[in-house]
Amino acid sequence: MTDAAVHAVNPGIGGEVRLSGRKICKSFGPAQVLFDVSIDLHAGEVHALLGENGAGKSTLVKILSGYHEPTEGELVLDGKSISFADSEAGEGHGVILIHQELNLAEQLTVEENIFLGREIKRGWFLDKTAMRAEAKKLLEQLQCDVDPRTRIRDLSVSDRQMVEIAKALSKKADILILDEPTAVLTGREVEILFDQIRRLREQGVAILYISHKLDEIKAIADRVTVLRDGRHIVTEPVVDLSKDDMARLMVGRDIKQMFPHRVSDTSAPIVLSVRDLSVPGHVRDASFDLHKGEVLGFAGIVGAGRTALMEAIIGLRERSSGTIERDGKPVRIASLQDAKNSGIAYLTKDRKGSGLLLNMDMRPNLTLLALEKFGRVIVDRKAEEAALEKAIEAFDIRAADSKAKVGDFSGGNQQKLLLAKVMETDPDIVIIDEPTRGIDIGTKSQIYHFIGGLTDRGKSVILLSSEMPEMLGLSDRIAVMAAGRITGILEGNDRNEHEIMRHATGISGQEGVSVHE
Amino acid sequence: MSSLERREASASPRFSIDFKALGPFMALVVLFVLGTAINDAFLSGGNLSNIFTRAAFIGIIAVGATFVITAGGIDLSVGSMAAFISGAMIVVMNTLVETLGPGLETVLIGIVLSIILGIGAGAVNGLVSTKGKIEAFIVTLGTMGIYRSLVTYMADGGTLSLDFEVRGTYRPVYYGELLGIPVPVLVFLAVAVAGYVLLNMTPFGRKCFAIGSNEQVARYSAIHVDRVKTMTYVIQGLCVSIATIIYVPRLGSASSSTGVLWELEAIAAVIIGGTMLKGGYGRIWGTVVGAIMLTTIGNILNLTDAISNYLNGAVQGLIIIVAVFLQRGDWRRKKSK
Ligand SMILES: Nc1ncnc2c1ncn2[C@@H]1O[C@H](COP(=O)(O)OP(=O)(O)OP(=O)(O)O)[C@@H](O)[C@H]1O
Ligand SMILES: [Mg+2]
Repeated sequence: MTDAAVHAVNPGIGGEVRLSGRKICKSFGPAQVLFDVSIDLHAGEVHALLGENGAGKSTLVKILSGYHEPTEGELVLDGKSISFADSEAGEGHGVILIHQELNLAEQLTVEENIFLGREIKRGWFLDKTAMRAEAKKLLEQLQCDVDPRTRIRDLSVSDRQMVEIAKALSKKADILILDEPTAVLTGREVEILFDQIRRLREQGVAILYISHKLDEIKAIADRVTVLRDGRHIVTEPVVDLSKDDMARLMVGRDIKQMFPHRVSDTSAPIVLSVRDLSVPGHVRDASFDLHKGEVLGFAGIVGAGRTALMEAIIGLRERSSGTIERDGKPVRIASLQDAKNSGIAYLTKDRKGSGLLLNMDMRPNLTLLALEKFGRVIVDRKAEEAALEKAIEAFDIRAADSKAKVGDFSGGNQQKLLLAKVMETDPDIVIIDEPTRGIDIGTKSQIYHFIGGLTDRGKSVILLSSEMPEMLGLSDRIAVMAAGRITGILEGNDRNEHEIMRHATGISGQEGVSVHE
Repeated sequence: MSSLERREASASPRFSIDFKALGPFMALVVLFVLGTAINDAFLSGGNLSNIFTRAAFIGIIAVGATFVITAGGIDLSVGSMAAFISGAMIVVMNTLVETLGPGLETVLIGIVLSIILGIGAGAVNGLVSTKGKIEAFIVTLGTMGIYRSLVTYMADGGTLSLDFEVRGTYRPVYYGELLGIPVPVLVFLAVAVAGYVLLNMTPFGRKCFAIGSNEQVARYSAIHVDRVKTMTYVIQGLCVSIATIIYVPRLGSASSSTGVLWELEAIAAVIIGGTMLKGGYGRIWGTVVGAIMLTTIGNILNLTDAISNYLNGAVQGLIIIVAVFLQRGDWRRKKSK
């Protein structure tokens, strides 16, 4: 681990250094997560921070912006050593952080959130007109079609993220840090965000950008810093690194095969058959079959009704019509319990909101869905501990402290734990919604191979994903949804980006219904 | 993958004492030391048994409240519910004296009635709030008023008194002893043990924690949220009925002022014990200690002239606030997110 000593910082591509962290160390209790990390943020430059899940990226940026205090090391702002008492102090000095997790007050409206704590006032009263106008302007800048008066809880995650970005923009940052802003954004929204980032860069703002998507790094960043296991590995201009280089530096080894090798067999028996399923306002007459050992992808733009369809299948949503057959026999699924009993499991895309109990440790989280397996009268703790040990091993969950609250885990480790939780029920059919959101490339490959392993063992997978490579790399067939209808099921050579887009936008296939999300 | 080092580093056992869990116990010890210092009579067998017997009422109700609060709910109706149940018990037992006489049957029927009413009242609270999708705070605020006025109505604005002879038969339930321990204390202990097992060791208890931490996650984990929540109110109702069964022989009467503010004392006991008011975390032993603490404060004030007895409520209030402040633990950390 002599890498720690390496921090040859290239001469500035952008302007002068605004904010630096020098030899930052950070420990949480007994676990040290950052070791002597140094980083310089230059004015007018986009600096990307790369690293595996749990490498310490979020921790580092929280230190840079005053949310955490470094255990050792110092911050230097414009050549002067500084220590922020808290995040407000950081913001006072122009350092704005957009958190990896959304930090919005759900019950408040968009405009109230944007100006939370910095309300525009007229005398003693709030100047609502001014705030609404300003919020409107900010959202328009982001081409975000959301009424400032909507409550956050009524927004989709991607819109929430856009509001979060609008809020940060309104704070007039000198140093803007974005921690995985694009994990929940659609392709178009990412483009809009990049336009804004480029605009800010032109204005001389120093930008630190975290993402697991190497394409994005290539597109937007000027300079890249890689962290691994809490240590600084390199800082290089982005032009000097290929995507493979970056992946290798992050993971510390070559990723030879991203996707598992799978043989698809469409003549295998049908394990799940859905006919004419409708959910008022979301899905209309959806029909499809799922074969044994198959990965069936579901593609479509946000709001096309994919998640609603899946939630209706597993009994989490009312459906107005439709039948479901398991292994050729009709089944009645009115609750998630029924779905579980017929061997269907669902992995939610919202791991924080509906996947994990963030204030608890791993054990109760792992066993929650399959609780009766651990005893109907008394929960068998020993068995739970054993299951946890096995899951940590099987899913390669890396937690600094196995008794730590799950909410303190890095995103990737949360995702692996969620996967482990769902697999505890030993399902035959797994519906996976966005399995790799916010996940590093090495872990992604692990999860892909895990899915491959499932189908090898005769399980079937329904995959919902907005990442095209993942969709194409894993699925045997791809069902495309647009406006609540399945507009086509693509097989063989039709499984390509072009066909998917044609069906997803409704140019091809059946006509959609108008859908209000 | 050198995250291994990190895993090992933290695998070494930690020797630090869990102040959060032991806090209520330590506070109780402090109170006891204080009590002894103020008056030697504090530690006498008679006084201690008095403290524990009195703590049993609130304690038993608070055990039920621990379930409700852990699962993210609240029940404000327990005091009125207790008054209503005792009123109904007295009316029915008094009527039965004419046909069955003042014997054991009469008392047993009264007890069974109490349990049925407790479970029923709890079920009403639970079902109305879950099925009707109304905040538990509102629902139980409503039933609090309903139960209270029902007992006033039954008593015609006055006091319902238990038939004197029935009282004789019923007496041992409060004043009796087993192995030198007062019956109410034994019942309290039994309820606490049962509550502990149910909350900490069964799937039901785990589900209460899950629902209190995040209802959405619970729903996505195949938990029948409404069913479990309703059950917590039923448990609360059952606990109220058990407390009432012990209470009736002590006072022998019920009126519109019976059980006033018990809901607040029960909630206070739960919170002092370390259960989180916003749900997701509950501790039965903490609740037990909390109930004993509240009674002990009153007892100590009785034994000393330094502070007027009338300030009992103020001291209790102060202790609740301090206890919660200490438990939150933030005051030790310099910075928090
Ligand atoms: N408040 C905390 N308490 C204890 N451990 C923490 C805390 N915050 C982070 N950690 C630990 O520090 C390590 C680094 O976490 P961090 O969130 O910085 O990773 P990351 O690089 O942002 O990962 P990801 O890509 O998944 O977001 C992890 O092992 C995590 O469990
Ligand atoms: Mg992170």
